[in-house]
Amino acid sequence: MAKPPGGASDSRLELEADAAATAVYDEVQDDRAGGSGGSAGPGGSGASGVSFSALRNRLRLPPTFRRPMAIIGMSIIVLWFLVAIFVPWIAPYDPLAQQFDRLQAPNAVNWFGTDSLGRDVLSRTLYGARISLPLALILVVASAIIGSVLGAVAGYFGRAVDEIIMRFSDLVFAFPTIILAMIVTAALGPSLTNAVIALLLVSWPSYARVMRSMVLGARSREYVVAGRLLGFSPFTSLRRDILPNVAAPVLVLATLDFGNAILLLSGLSFLGLGATPPTPEWGAMVADGVQQFSDWWLAAFPGLAIFTVVVAFNLVGDALRDSLDPRTAGAVQGVKI
Amino acid sequence: MAGHLTVRDVHVVYKLPGRRQLAAVDGVSFDLAPGEVLGLVGESGCGKSTLARTICGLEPLAAGTVEFDGQPVVALGLRKRPGHLLRIQMVFQNPYSSLNPRRRVGDQIEDALAIAPPSERSSVDRLLDDVELDRGAANLFPHQFSGGQRQRIAIARAMGARPDVLVGDEPIASLDASLQAKVATLMRDVALKNGASLLFISHDLSVVRVVADRVAVMQAGRIVETGPVAAVWNAPTDPYTRRLLAAIPTADGLGRLPAA
Repeated sequence: MAKPPGGASDSRLELEADAAATAVYDEVQDDRAGGSGGSAGPGGSGASGVSFSALRNRLRLPPTFRRPMAIIGMSIIVLWFLVAIFVPWIAPYDPLAQQFDRLQAPNAVNWFGTDSLGRDVLSRTLYGARISLPLALILVVASAIIGSVLGAVAGYFGRAVDEIIMRFSDLVFAFPTIILAMIVTAALGPSLTNAVIALLLVSWPSYARVMRSMVLGARSREYVVAGRLLGFSPFTSLRRDILPNVAAPVLVLATLDFGNAILLLSGLSFLGLGATPPTPEWGAMVADGVQQFSDWWLAAFPGLAIFTVVVAFNLVGDALRDSLDPRTAGAVQGVKI
Repeated sequence: MAGHLTVRDVHVVYKLPGRRQLAAVDGVSFDLAPGEVLGLVGESGCGKSTLARTICGLEPLAAGTVEFDGQPVVALGLRKRPGHLLRIQMVFQNPYSSLNPRRRVGDQIEDALAIAPPSERSSVDRLLDDVELDRGAANLFPHQFSGGQRQRIAIARAMGARPDVLVGDEPIASLDASLQAKVATLMRDVALKNGASLLFISHDLSVVRVVADRVAVMQAGRIVETGPVAAVWNAPTDPYTRRLLAAIPTADGLGRLPAA
């Protein structure tokens, strides 16, 4: 943009011109991404048409979330959370009541069959959402917070603090995740709470790693230095200048980690270290099914539940990563780089 | 008027790989009186920016002293910057990285206002007026501005803290040629209007000539010549200064290249 020399009025002109340029750019982007879906195309007729399309643009999801895979992922997640909330009204039977014949194949009464104690597998699978989803959420949120805070402190303060925190994380990284979690749970005693604690212990270091490297890169940026010159304490500087600018990758990692958390929790339950009978936990149900291998429905349906949730979170995580990374965001929209 | 900056025999040393050391600043002394504009010129890598960072306490001193109103400038470690040093502020070279991309411009200027003494506190609107930006700019984010506008915002933010000394570390180097002189004079005017002295660092002698009262020429970590702008411009004594002056292209229509 050419900037003619002049007085105060120029800078205002510049501002307006910039805003207009941004708006045009946004429209172009939306049209490319939306394809033929937009009825009010560029240069929509009349003022009402323009404001309507502006409103619709604001309500619309970012382009990376409008791809089929991301939509499928989000739908599955929403569906499972609805199931977890409304399961007492959805589930046909009591998940703990042993009221049917043992080991019946799927039929009109028990859609997913019954297990070795005569309980309805469909009801148990649906109720399983109430165990796995909240626990996985707690696990991911807690380990993301703990890991990011430790990583940010290590990256910002450096030296001894950095060494101590990162050597602890190396210590955890040195063991296979599931084995270390097994050892910790076995030492604490098998229960879902202990399984979550154990998994928390093994999952914070990946967040700490990511956060530390982001903070290391961000702390020497000029706006951080400018903040320090304005008298920010290191913690204010971290909170105000650094964390908001480096939070995106951690968010992506957390979303992708959600599926992993469900897998690990189910894994521990499968090994008998997490949920204790008769809790309808998916991993524990799969473990039951493995003992009766010919009765395929015992393991297949809870396994399918785990599979759908994990895949859904990975799809959404991918979409989130693509939309937050400017390089891939452009590629997804079909814009040449 | 308070705000006397005294730099005496300052050495700043960077450690290089393999026990080697680089003396980025090698025995520099000068004074900056209140209300004065000192231009610091020199080629890339001569230690100008290091000197600027040292004055703000961003680089530790290897030897020598930097005093501000009689109190030593200490290196900014992991503590908060001491209160009396808050009256030295800086405008950075790159306007694209010197503003926090996630915070509104007005909020960032407010941060600076918060450390100004209550009796002298300005307002966001007044600061934006000073740097010739629209008052509505306060509600926008940095990415909505051009480079020149961002540099004005950075100047407004630095001035919001009511500094006695404003350091500009090549504040115009990454701007469009047509904007350089404009932003430089704006910086001078805003600083002097608010009673601050200005240390203006640049590699461009022709801009420094317009802005500064006094000029110091730096080469390889030392100041080789200092004096009033007119004197240095018309009668340079140091051979390096002469070479710098000869390197300025002249727009006399003859299409000459600068003398080698």
